[in-house]
Amino acid sequence: MTDKSASFIYVTYIRATPEQVFEAIIKPEIALRYWGHANVSDDWQPGSTWKHVRASDANVVDLVGTVLENDPPKRLVLNWSNESQQHDPDHTCIVAFDIEPALDGVKLTVTHTDLQPGSGMLAGISKGWPMVLSSLKSLLETGQGFDL
Amino acid sequence: MDDDKVFKTLADPSRRKLLDSLCDHNGQTLSQLCAALEMTRQSVTQHLGLLEDANLLSTTRKGREKLHFINPIPLYEVYERWIRKFEEGRLSLLHDLKTQLESDQP
Repeated sequence: MTDKSASFIYVTYIRATPEQVFEAIIKPEIALRYWGHANVSDDWQPGSTWKHVRASDANVVDLVGTVLENDPPKRLVLNWSNESQQHDPDHTCIVAFDIEPALDGVKLTVTHTDLQPGSGMLAGISKGWPMVLSSLKSLLETGQGFDL
Repeated sequence: MDDDKVFKTLADPSRRKLLDSLCDHNGQTLSQLCAALEMTRQSVTQHLGLLEDANLLSTTRKGREKLHFINPIPLYEVYERWIRKFEEGRLSLLHDLKTQLESDQP
């Protein structure tokens, strides 16, 4: 059986409302300002597909998956794979966004599980999430994301 | 999370070792971390508490076990604020030069 034991938990505190954080994940026009990508889905309902498209070229789809849970503005769970590996369950991982009120804003927890140790996906997300989440925080708190 | 807390927390070598250990092997239990660092349970627990307080660590429960994960987000924010800003290009050249001069291989 394929080893998919690797996982990460990322936590960031953002001075914003849960709704703002939730929308920043699912609304393409906001994601483009901090992620270098947009997340696109017809309705974000469980069972629907979503894709992660490049800001520089909307025709390039880097990641795809299906929505597993959607409870705005508290929780969104997606499965997630490289576009080229989308039919291979061994290369499909799970990303959960949990948003809860904390301090003077929200605590956003991103839990990325079912990753293969040593995989390209693992290497990519280890670099990617800290940048994306710091950029999201920067956008919501200062109006300016990073150039990713 | 404020930068002060991150810097203060990182000022302790045992806590940096704990982060290194989690970076090598994420999601360890308290017992695994104690064994890896050869430190007492009590002292590891205390350091883990401070790391979590600075948001450098996150935890989750799996059955009866508590698993510890490095949370690099505050480190990245410190990097963005205090390193990238200052001449990243030159710093990386100097770093490469030092690595090359100090390694055995030419």
